[in-house]
Amino acid sequence: MTDLVLIIIATVLVNNLVLTKFLGLCPLLGASTKFETAVGMSLATTFVLTLAAAGSYLVDRYVLVPLDIEYLRLISFIVIIAAAVQFTDTVMRRSSPMLHQVLGLFVPLITTNCAVLGIALLNVQRSVSFLQAVAYGIGGGLGFSLVMVLFSGVRERLDFADVPTPFRGTAIALVTAGMMALGFIGFTGLVQE
Amino acid sequence: MKFANNAAPHWRGAESVPVLMRQVLYALVPALIGLVWFFGSGIILNILVAAVVALGCEALVLRIRKRPVGLFISDYSALVTAVLLAMSLPPLTPWWVTATGTVFAIVFAKHLYGGLGHNVFNPAMAGYAVLLVSFPEDMAAWPLPRGVAPDQQALSLLTVLQYWATGAMPIDVSVDAFTAATPLNSVKGQLGMMRTMQEIVGGPLFGNIAGRGWEWINTATALGGGWLLYRRIIRWQIPTAMLIGLLVPALVLYIVDPATHPSPAFHLLSGGTMLGVFFIATDPVSAAASNRGRLIYGLGIGIITYVVRNWGAYPDGIAFAVLLMNLAVPLIDRYTRPRIYGHGT
Repeated sequence: MTDLVLIIIATVLVNNLVLTKFLGLCPLLGASTKFETAVGMSLATTFVLTLAAAGSYLVDRYVLVPLDIEYLRLISFIVIIAAAVQFTDTVMRRSSPMLHQVLGLFVPLITTNCAVLGIALLNVQRSVSFLQAVAYGIGGGLGFSLVMVLFSGVRERLDFADVPTPFRGTAIALVTAGMMALGFIGFTGLVQE
Repeated sequence: MKFANNAAPHWRGAESVPVLMRQVLYALVPALIGLVWFFGSGIILNILVAAVVALGCEALVLRIRKRPVGLFISDYSALVTAVLLAMSLPPLTPWWVTATGTVFAIVFAKHLYGGLGHNVFNPAMAGYAVLLVSFPEDMAAWPLPRGVAPDQQALSLLTVLQYWATGAMPIDVSVDAFTAATPLNSVKGQLGMMRTMQEIVGGPLFGNIAGRGWEWINTATALGGGWLLYRRIIRWQIPTAMLIGLLVPALVLYIVDPATHPSPAFHLLSGGTMLGVFFIATDPVSAAASNRGRLIYGLGIGIITYVVRNWGAYPDGIAFAVLLMNLAVPLIDRYTRPRIYGHGT
């Protein structure tokens, strides 16, 4: 149990997907201009990430490896992620139309979020157990959400700042992402892996 | 009779940016005296280098952006950033390291975001964090404080100059003979070697409470900070909340296991605690806007500082804590917006 909590803390703060592995930068820059959008994107991504991490682990462990077809890993993971996204979309539309209206737009976008595929592939590399794989999924999603929400807050504020013209928009956003990574370096060593 | 009809405000406070910034500089004097007394005058050279570079960068950027150079140069804000950064660096820091940090602080952390009043991150701490990550060895090169060894002298100005020029100490003395781990660093290192706090505190580096020299420097810094509070240049919310955030977890863990956790008094008076509490966290531009927000902001800095000190790889976490809480400021402001009178929540 403790190791699962540690995995989540480590993936959120120390080895943040976005800030140390540079995964999921496109939604970070694309969907962070407004706070509400960022929150929606974060929730949807966390859900799909967890689902995809679990699904890809099971498929890899019980289908790909026994059948000796690991070379199909990449393509099968992409299919799993797409299925997870579609599943989320359908369930959400039926069960809570309200939530679907808020998040509906972002859910299909997650298919191309490299953080989701990244977690699935990293889990294979780390050769973890099922629960650990899920913990990495949850941690990755929470870490992404944390960065996304903080980042969108700062970006909203930057709209009113007197930023030099050549640095407006994406340039200052990337500088801010760098500053963010600088701050997160402080958590180095928090969890020994 | 003719009355002048002017739009509000009719009553202006006496404080303008230059006045405030000057007061902050005055309040840093006790801390500076403490640093020079215990660690030699290298710190003054640091400040000179940082000040020259900061003012140069400020003027250059303002010129490029076609802003009034004279107005902003004379508001002392760049100078305060430079002095705060230089006072957090060890006296033996090579000049080009200090200069790099200052350039980063002024150009990247301040002016890319639009200059004074717009910067999201505290410039001095952004510069410090960059240096800490890029030049960890230079950042750890604190000399032995005065009074540890009986025949030991503080580093003179000439020695530091020679070290800058040649990269070596005079009279065939290695840098290692002059430098030592700071108390925070040595606590972290020795706890890692399974020694208990009681054994560590018995060492020659440790004075009465929190390390020779450091306890006095922090007391002097707090004196200057107290004066700022008294003059109402800073408000009580951030310092108080930050101290609570740092000391309450320290106290709890100290009570639970005093053998492996330094006492709250140690945390209070070691490293950059007081400089952070009174001079860095209270930067009005990058802090939260409302009073309630300031309490949350300060509390966050204190807690993150403790987390980094206690479990992280870096000896002191104030710079990182300030940067991280700077990031959270827009969110804090969002949820602590004061209610407008007559409106619901």
